[in-house]
Amino acid sequence: MNTILRYSPLLLLLLAWEAITRFGLVSRQVLPDLATIGGAWLQLIAGGELAWHLAMSMARAFGGLALAILIGVPAGLIMAVSKPFRLALNPLVQMIYPIPKSALVPLMMIWLGLGSSSKVVLIFIGCLLPVIVSAYNGAKSVNPFLLWSAASLGASRRESLVEVLLPAAMPSVLTGIRTALGFAFILMVTSEFVIAKDGIGYLIAFLGDGGVYPSMFAAIFTVAAIGFFVDRAYSMLSGRLLRWTVT
Amino acid sequence: MRDASRSAISIENVQHSYVLRGGKEIIALQNISLDIQAEEFHALLGPSGCGKSTLLYLIGGFIPLQEGSIRTRSGEVTGPGLERGIVFQNFALFPWMTVKQNILYGLRKANFPRKEAEDRAREFIQLVHLTGFEDAFPSQLSGGMQQRAAIARTLAVDPEILLMDEPFGALDAQTRRIMQEELRAIQQRTKKTVVFVTHDVQEAVLLADRITIMSPRPGRISHLIEVGLERQSVEDMLAQPEFTAKSEHIWRLVKDMAESAMRGPA
Repeated sequence: MNTILRYSPLLLLLLAWEAITRFGLVSRQVLPDLATIGGAWLQLIAGGELAWHLAMSMARAFGGLALAILIGVPAGLIMAVSKPFRLALNPLVQMIYPIPKSALVPLMMIWLGLGSSSKVVLIFIGCLLPVIVSAYNGAKSVNPFLLWSAASLGASRRESLVEVLLPAAMPSVLTGIRTALGFAFILMVTSEFVIAKDGIGYLIAFLGDGGVYPSMFAAIFTVAAIGFFVDRAYSMLSGRLLRWTVT
Repeated sequence: MRDASRSAISIENVQHSYVLRGGKEIIALQNISLDIQAEEFHALLGPSGCGKSTLLYLIGGFIPLQEGSIRTRSGEVTGPGLERGIVFQNFALFPWMTVKQNILYGLRKANFPRKEAEDRAREFIQLVHLTGFEDAFPSQLSGGMQQRAAIARTLAVDPEILLMDEPFGALDAQTRRIMQEELRAIQQRTKKTVVFVTHDVQEAVLLADRITIMSPRPGRISHLIEVGLERQSVEDMLAQPEFTAKSEHIWRLVKDMAESAMRGPA
């Protein structure tokens, strides 16, 4: 029952779409009907193009995100415990924070070329900030008595960083990573739009420019669906990791 | 009177002050000297703001000592140490670990072999009556059970000194009574030196061998009282006229201080 309710807006949207195209309210050129899009989708799959472009895009998005997590989580935690580190990094964080990261697309292209590295670095920068900030905030709000308890049980400062601060900050860190995940997808598509020779963003732009709208919609739906399922999978994983927070 | 070599903690001329945001200096502890004997149950009693918790944290080595010295049998206190275990009011269990994992944490740090650590964890879980809850997360337990787990975690690594910061302050009255009884039993069995911070006069008289009464602003020792009551079950103690008289006497001392503190500095 809940599942039906949860997906009902999506169903209504698809029904409305179908109705609009059926009754010819909008030109089929611009808004193809769902069956046509489905057909185009099958063709894209059969040709193997879709899988290839998706694989490229996913590698970039998850590569950039993984780098951001690997660097951002330790940086945020250390900022919370070390004043010199915090003072040194804060201006950088505050400077990068308000920049719309998509504005950096042309710059990245000039610096790093048209291949994957410019996209990965851009996604990395975009994801880094929410990860650092969430790790920092999570670590800052940790009950100091937990750290004292660990110290009195024999944990060194470095040990308590990994064994106490990180798990205690985990709820906040996981929320930050979820935000970063969204950024990764947006920046992936945006940067591939501008200049690329592969990737799902490139494919959407290419099909759009060529006026092959059914295939373009098929590609858009695919990336939307993947984004949706990745987010659901992530939520389930977070829930498992945070089992201890539920009473 | 007391044998100096039996001293477990000696505190000499400790002073401690905080600087508030506006730059105003608050003297939290002034001129504190105190000897706590081995195997003694010592209560630090006083109204809020008297610095009793600050003193406990200094003994624990959690906040740096500014002036004076604190020594245990392991030497000068310069930071947290394994010979000084602590139990906090809000339990401070690691919420992402089960009861058993919490207790194993200290045992692993102390390099107990796996099998021995497991056995020891089981033993202490039994000691605090938590058998059957080994795999529960703290959030799934009542306050009393969480505090038992925290006590087990601290006792499992066998510290010489047990520091307790209003450990039963967050519990309901019935649970508190049960925990007091159990703590006494545990202390008599394990012969730990206990430093117990509380603002509850009855609790101090019920549990302690000696009580240091502290007064606020600046935090000072105002009285050192030998309780000298016969150890009995909690019910029997409560029924003793001597217990009531002692509590009344101490209550008046604390009340006068709290009142004068409320009126502010003269």
